[in-house]
Amino acid sequence: MTDQTPASAPNQRTIDAVNTSLKRRRAKERRFRRLGAAAVALGLLFVALLFTDIIAKGHTAFQQTYIKLPVALERAQIDPEGSGSAEVIARANYLGIIRAALREHFPEVTARRDKRALYQMVSVGAPQLLRDRVLADPALIGTTAEVWLLADDDIDMVVKGYIDRDLPESERRVKDRTLGWIERLEAEGRIAKRFNTIFFTNGTSREPELAGIAGALAGSFYTLALTLLLSFPIGVGAAIYLEEFAPKNRWTDVIEVNINNLAAVPSIVFGLLGLAVFIGIFGVPRSTPLVAALVLTLMTLPTIIISSRAALKSVPPSIREAALGVGASPLQTQFHHVLPLALPGMLTGAIIGMAQALGETAPLLMIGMIAFIVDVPAGFTDPATVLPVQIFLWADSPERGFVERTSAAIMVLLAFLILMNLAAVLLRRRFERRW
Amino acid sequence: MQDWILLLVLLAVMTAAYHLGRRRAVIGAGGPSQVHRLHSLPAYYGLYAALWAGLPALLLLALWVGLQDQLVLMLLQAQLPEEMTAGLSEGRLGLLVNDIRNLASGAMLSTEITPELQAAADQYARLDQLGQWSMWTAVLALALTGGWVAWGRTHPGFKARNQVETMVMAIMVLFSSIAILTTLGIVLSVLFESLRFFSMVSPLEFFLGTLWSPQTALRADQVGASGAFGAVPLFTGTLMVSAIAMLVAVPIGLLSAIYLSEYAPRRLRAVAKPVLEVLAGIPTVVYGFFAALTVAPFIRELGQSVGLDVASESALAAGLVMGVMIIPFVSSLSEDVINAVPQSLRDGSYALGATESETIKRVIIPAALPGIVGGVLLAVSRAIGETMIVVMAAGLAANLTANPLDSVTTVTVQIVTLLTGDQEFDSAKTLAAFALGLTLFAVTLVLNVVALHIVRKYREQYD
Repeated sequence: MTDQTPASAPNQRTIDAVNTSLKRRRAKERRFRRLGAAAVALGLLFVALLFTDIIAKGHTAFQQTYIKLPVALERAQIDPEGSGSAEVIARANYLGIIRAALREHFPEVTARRDKRALYQMVSVGAPQLLRDRVLADPALIGTTAEVWLLADDDIDMVVKGYIDRDLPESERRVKDRTLGWIERLEAEGRIAKRFNTIFFTNGTSREPELAGIAGALAGSFYTLALTLLLSFPIGVGAAIYLEEFAPKNRWTDVIEVNINNLAAVPSIVFGLLGLAVFIGIFGVPRSTPLVAALVLTLMTLPTIIISSRAALKSVPPSIREAALGVGASPLQTQFHHVLPLALPGMLTGAIIGMAQALGETAPLLMIGMIAFIVDVPAGFTDPATVLPVQIFLWADSPERGFVERTSAAIMVLLAFLILMNLAAVLLRRRFERRW
Repeated sequence: MQDWILLLVLLAVMTAAYHLGRRRAVIGAGGPSQVHRLHSLPAYYGLYAALWAGLPALLLLALWVGLQDQLVLMLLQAQLPEEMTAGLSEGRLGLLVNDIRNLASGAMLSTEITPELQAAADQYARLDQLGQWSMWTAVLALALTGGWVAWGRTHPGFKARNQVETMVMAIMVLFSSIAILTTLGIVLSVLFESLRFFSMVSPLEFFLGTLWSPQTALRADQVGASGAFGAVPLFTGTLMVSAIAMLVAVPIGLLSAIYLSEYAPRRLRAVAKPVLEVLAGIPTVVYGFFAALTVAPFIRELGQSVGLDVASESALAAGLVMGVMIIPFVSSLSEDVINAVPQSLRDGSYALGATESETIKRVIIPAALPGIVGGVLLAVSRAIGETMIVVMAAGLAANLTANPLDSVTTVTVQIVTLLTGDQEFDSAKTLAAFALGLTLFAVTLVLNVVALHIVRKYREQYD
């Protein structure tokens, strides 16, 4: 169609013109096709790159370095009167006990500065962990037990190979002295990586080895639960009214355009709204799942309304006519007959909206979810943070140990998102119905 | 915590009202065998009673919880002795009130506990307790009154279904107007704060000034004490990052949409399409992390190896990753419009002897162009409003530059930085964030309206 050169010579026919250009056109065709395939391949490559990068950085965080030392839990130091009361045991000086165990194992360390470096090999959280251990098992008192002590994040980084042992000492965070101790402990089999339960049971912390995602997970849970509770009924109610009852006039046109636009408003603007209206005017406490849920509800509402309307649209009119024909009222028709048939589609939309809300960060920064909160929240009005904000905060932390933890938190977040999307797909497959 | 208990109690009251109302209707009709004498199904009488008992009380509860704190604080401040409040600025007063509250709740205090403070704290605790008690009484009384009204109206001829349906309908209308209220809330709150900002800084300086340094100084005589609010560097930074993102997303997204809808074998399509859509579901904070810790160092090393000076937070890194994020957005929107082009146009082109790529380039793309343009506009609006990637990977320095290897800042980054530190609602620094928010909202709104209009108009064309 492109080369319509008029046959200038009397004996040249169109077919000849086509034939001469055909090779070039075929080559063009192949080039174009390859270009398209390359674009798809590039897109797939990005997906692969993103996932391998995150997993490569994060998988090590699921293990944590511990140092095994014989720790003398002398009765005189922990519970001198043998009272056995938890209060007395809890108050003992476990830091001193751990330090004594370190000195015992490395008797040659005597200089003050060396000792300080030696003490720093063990995490500042180790005394508390030891206390919990003794409280759980008071029979240990009076014995010398082999205890796995949580190592400091620097030691952890060396053992995991993130700090290069061959670098010159001046460029390395961990000095030769400490490195020698690590190597000795390794030779004795006293350093090992064990499963990192702290990551799943602790709130956040300034120390990488003590930081966990339990607080953020709980915060995300409360926020999402409340968001779903608010946005699903409101979204479905609005969808039923707009799709089935609203008169077709200017006003409903405005609402329709408005909902479509809200779906495309940048999420950060919802954060400004939350800050000015919910916190500024209504005095909802900041950094709580409550205010986060209110903001996320407004944000996910358009998604849920749009998908719920699509689900209602796919229910054939014959169902409505049959119900009305046997005497059901318009509302009975909707709630008894149309809604049950549209529900799977609505739920799919709700799950997708919740997945969006789970990954949302920007508006929550505006309403104080960025605060440093160690405690695991226990309700809708406790100060809390959520998983994506935790990821943002950790990504900003300078310590090397937080890089793997951030990646690991991302892996947990992605796992939840994949599960939710999978649930949506399965729901759609299971209940998809052609009328 | 007590509010939640009250909510549960209220739910219990509603359940009880349901059963009582239903029972009264059934008994009034003359027992379970006579329900046909009722106007509506028995459940509607129960629902009627439950709604009457629950709705007004719930509304009151919500209002009360929202306002009680402020009311108690107002009363408290009015009752504070003169010598405590004399000569205190508003901020100091706020601190004092905070101390009183903390003391009342038994938290740690920053200041010494004086007898006056203790007295005020006791007073606060009393007022708070009083508020709690009156809330319980008022809410429960309203619930019982509502239930009693419904009880009085219930008789066999009563049209309970119609009443319940009217109420449900009203609730649904209320729900659908929330979308409008949200837009109104956004516009009003952002506009209001912006107007306050523009009363301090002239709009001309804001929209045309080229110096951005919002840090207002602590002391009046410090260097740069006034702060400068010229937002042009932010606009150019936003435009540059978005342009880089579109340069990545539009070719890759469009070409992969064409390949997947016109060329790809069915099996490849079934795998590649959902995998590409995974990119759309990944939270932006993950992209931000990827951009800041993987892409930016990679670009910097690459630049250094060829002797270029690349900032560690370059616009290029943020733009590239943002482009990757937008790929599925562009590709799924363009695929929709490409699929909407009728097969007859393709068949006509093939019949004239065109190859597939000629058909795509000269028939399908021109036919689908309005839709594609609309989709690209939507993608631009998404890129402009994107926050986390630029917060994590682009810089804070407001450079007016055209070099993508330099560090730039964007509107969204500045909104986040201005609002995540200490806030005073009156300072120009905080209010500037709302002015930026208004600009962002207005620009994206215009883009969206235009894009949605084009897309919709186009869709109807071939229906």
